[in-house]
Amino acid sequence: MLRYILKRALSLVLSLVVASILIFVTIEIVPGDPASYMLGLNAQPDTIENLRRELGLDKTPVARYLSWVGGLVQGDFGTSYTYRTPVADMVADRLMVSLPLALYALLLSTAIAFPVGVLAATRRGSVADWSVMGTTQLGIAIPNFWFALLLVLVFAINLRWFSAGGFPGWEAGFFAGLKALTLPAVALALPQASILSRVMRSSLLDTLDEDYIRTARAKGLSRRQALWRHALRNAMIPVLTILGLQFSFLLAGAIIIENVFFLPGLGRLVFQAITQRDLIVVESVVMLLVFAVVLITFLVDVAYALVDPRLRQQA
Amino acid sequence: MSQSNVNAPAWYTASRVLIPGLLLVALVILAALVSFVWTPFDVTKLNIPAKLQTPNTTHWFGTDHFGRDIFSMIMVGARTSLAVAVLAVGIGLCVGIPLGLTAASMQGSLLDEIIMRGNDLVFAFPALLIAIMITAVFGPGAVNAIIAIGIFNIPVFARLTRGSALSLWQRDFVLAARVSGKGATRISIEHILPNITNLLIVQGTIQFSLGILAEAGLSYVGLGAQPPTPSWGRMLAESQTLITLAPHLALFPGFAIILTVLGLNLTGDGLRDLSDPRIRRR
Repeated sequence: MLRYILKRALSLVLSLVVASILIFVTIEIVPGDPASYMLGLNAQPDTIENLRRELGLDKTPVARYLSWVGGLVQGDFGTSYTYRTPVADMVADRLMVSLPLALYALLLSTAIAFPVGVLAATRRGSVADWSVMGTTQLGIAIPNFWFALLLVLVFAINLRWFSAGGFPGWEAGFFAGLKALTLPAVALALPQASILSRVMRSSLLDTLDEDYIRTARAKGLSRRQALWRHALRNAMIPVLTILGLQFSFLLAGAIIIENVFFLPGLGRLVFQAITQRDLIVVESVVMLLVFAVVLITFLVDVAYALVDPRLRQQA
Repeated sequence: MSQSNVNAPAWYTASRVLIPGLLLVALVILAALVSFVWTPFDVTKLNIPAKLQTPNTTHWFGTDHFGRDIFSMIMVGARTSLAVAVLAVGIGLCVGIPLGLTAASMQGSLLDEIIMRGNDLVFAFPALLIAIMITAVFGPGAVNAIIAIGIFNIPVFARLTRGSALSLWQRDFVLAARVSGKGATRISIEHILPNITNLLIVQGTIQFSLGILAEAGLSYVGLGAQPPTPSWGRMLAESQTLITLAPHLALFPGFAIILTVLGLNLTGDGLRDLSDPRIRRR
């Protein structure tokens, strides 16, 4: 088991290294010099030269790459070209919005998908099953930012239950923050819940067909007991995979949804940084998101190996 | 599921989703094609006096803040959505299939390992992140959206191709081809590829619909097609500032996206059921 985890961890580090090189090289191709961009058209050459030295832009690309990565490892994301503040602080602030939003949406979608999937699978072919399949088919097709606009229209503009956007900050109280994140989280959760319900349903249908369920019923367990004790546990494996995969979609989705609700999260930070050509911010945020995705994949893999010893042999 | 459905021929159960799906997709393609020669109104012409009309007999879906006809804009927007998604699937197919076939024909080799690890790596970048990076470098545009979604599609097709090709390499007809002296490349093209076309078409349909959604998302945040090219995502973004004045502006582009994606998903489901009758009960 330890060997397996070490092997996976090694490949995790390796992908992060390659990803960081890819990101660095891509941003490196950007035409134009950040220092002259920051100082405007009328800047003196020696002022630009000073700023370049201050930002470390006069070093070779390899040296800059190493100092960037070295900084990342120590939690130093560099200094924003535009705001002259540490990127790490900016990112930490924004994470306090984006991360709770993604988790809130993940929680919502699981809370919806689990009972819905079980209901549809245990009543296969019933009206309930058909309506679940129809609704989820629609839920997958709805773009979450459009659904977000509808939510704003109904719950913020017409009913006035929620504000149409903005974030009061966690200082305003936990529930005030949670309230501001509710519409965005619902919008994010809808397509994910639809996908998850369908996976839950089909995975459960598969396990309900298994011989061990028949055995469990034959030894006297009721349908409900067999479902809870045997089928659900085995049906969870594909569901976990999708959950892991969905996290990266949730993070990406959060970036778009933040724009609908004017939430001060990572997404807004990135888009501002792009328009201001604050490339060090773009670089670091993208790297952070890639790290999150790779880490989740790693954790899912390890969780599998814990649940299913056969998987340890393969990789 | 009732007994009659289990015994029904595969095409019957499949067609119940396939036909509505194909009809929806055909409708969208038709709208896009017709928009090249005719739209009810000229989408490049501003008509301020007629701005922000609600749906009526002249302007079926109403008009926007410049007095442009929403129905016409949706027809033209279909071109952008379809073109971006089709080309992105094309990139995924053209790069992903050769990679997957190569990896499968050299299973366990260093090249196989590199291709698979490379796939995992690209998989860690959601399409939106790729788009953000490309935009940061080259600026926003439809071409960059195509590239971003296309790159995202590559590992999807490479994995599917490798996975299904691996089992085919164990089959007797491949062994026979090897005995007759055919090389790995020829076997991959002549024997493996034709046997996985079904799977690739189904996955292609799914990626097509994901591409439509991704394109809409990218143009919504301003990373996709730029003005004056009409696009559904940007129409939604523009509608947002006017949502209290003219909520209908936000509705129709959304319906267009949903119908297209729904049509493609139904088509994909139907095709999958046709190619694999075992799952049609589900």
